[in-house]
Amino acid sequence: MKIIAALSDMILPLVIVYILACGYSRKINVYEEFTEGAKDGFKIVLDILPTLIGLMMAVGILRASGTLEIISNAIAPAAERIGFPKDAVPISIMRLVSSSASTGILLDIFKTYGPDSFTGRFVSVMMSCTETVFYTMSLYFMSVKITKTRYTLAGALVANVAGIAASLILCRRLWG
Amino acid sequence: MLNYLWGAMIFIGILVAAFTGRLAEVTNGAVDSAKEAVAISVTMLGVMSMWTGIIRIGEKAGLMQAMTKKLRPFLKWLFPDVPEEHKAMDRIAENVIANFLGLGWAATPAGLMAMKELQSLNEHKDRASRAMCMFMIFNMSSLQLVSINIVAYRMQYNSADPSEIIGPGMITTLVSTAAAIAFGKIMEAIE
Repeated sequence: MKIIAALSDMILPLVIVYILACGYSRKINVYEEFTEGAKDGFKIVLDILPTLIGLMMAVGILRASGTLEIISNAIAPAAERIGFPKDAVPISIMRLVSSSASTGILLDIFKTYGPDSFTGRFVSVMMSCTETVFYTMSLYFMSVKITKTRYTLAGALVANVAGIAASLILCRRLWG
Repeated sequence: MLNYLWGAMIFIGILVAAFTGRLAEVTNGAVDSAKEAVAISVTMLGVMSMWTGIIRIGEKAGLMQAMTKKLRPFLKWLFPDVPEEHKAMDRIAENVIANFLGLGWAATPAGLMAMKELQSLNEHKDRASRAMCMFMIFNMSSLQLVSINIVAYRMQYNSADPSEIIGPGMITTLVSTAAAIAFGKIMEAIE
C-alpha cells in the first residue's frame, strides 16, 4: 500500500522532469513552449466553463431539493449489502451517461461530504477509471453510420464495472 | 443527450422541492452552484494550463512520435485485422496517447478519424468490425496516466492531499483496461 502512496507523490514530478529532459536534449526552448502550451489550457477551461455553470446549477438544484438524497436512500439497502457507499450511487449511474453532469455531481460530493471523506476518495478514484459509455459510443458509431455495434456495449460495461469494483476494493483497503 | 438530461435534472429537482417545501434552498442552491463553477474554473485555469504547457514541451520534443513507435507492437497484437502500415493505426495510436495523457479534447478528433479509417477496412458498412469493437471497448476503458482535473477539483475543496488518488487511479484504470482487452479477445475467439 506504501507503493501506491509513493506512486501518487512521484508520478507528476517524474513526468515533468522526464519531459523537461527530453526538451533540453532536443535543444528546444522549453520555457517558450511551456507558455505557448499554457495558453491552450486557458482555451480549454474557458470552453468548459459555460457547461460547468449549467451543470453545477442543475446538480445544485437536485441537491438542495433533496432529490439526490431520495435516490441514494432508495438504493441504500442494496448498495450497502455489497459495501457500496450509497451517496456514490447517483454519480455512478450518471457517469455512464454524461461526463459534465457527473463532474457536477462529483463537485457536489466534494462540497457536501468533503474530498477526504470515504465517498469523496472513492468517487475521485472511480472517476479516473470509468468513461461516459453511452455518449462516447453514440458519438463514435454515429460518425461512421454504424448501427450494429455487436458486443461493444457489453465490453464497455464490463470494463467500467471492473473499474468501479477495483476502486471500491482498493479504497476500502487504503482508507476503509 | 444533454439537451434533455439538463432540463430533466432541473424540472425533477424543482418538482421535488415543491413537495418537500425546499424551494428557498433550491433558489440558493442554483445561484450558489453557478457562482462556484467560476471559482473552480479559476483553480482549473492554473492546473490545466500547467499540464498543457508541460505536454506542449513533450510534443515539440517528439515524445508523441516516440510513444507511437513504442505502441506499435502492442497495437498490432490488439488489432490483427488492421494492416500494420494502414493510417488507422496512426489515428488509433494518437487517440490512445491523447487519452493516456489526459488530453480529452485532442483524443476525440483522432478517435473519430480512426473510426473513419477502420470503416474503410470494414466489409459490412452498417456493422461494427472486430477492430472497431476492440477500439471502442479499449477507448471506453479510459486508460490514463493522471486525472489531473480530479486533482484540481480536490484542491479546490481543500483536500489535505489532493494527489493521493493518482496512484489508486492508475491501478484501477489498468484493471478496467485489462478487463476490456480480455473481454474483446474472448468475444473475438467465440465469434
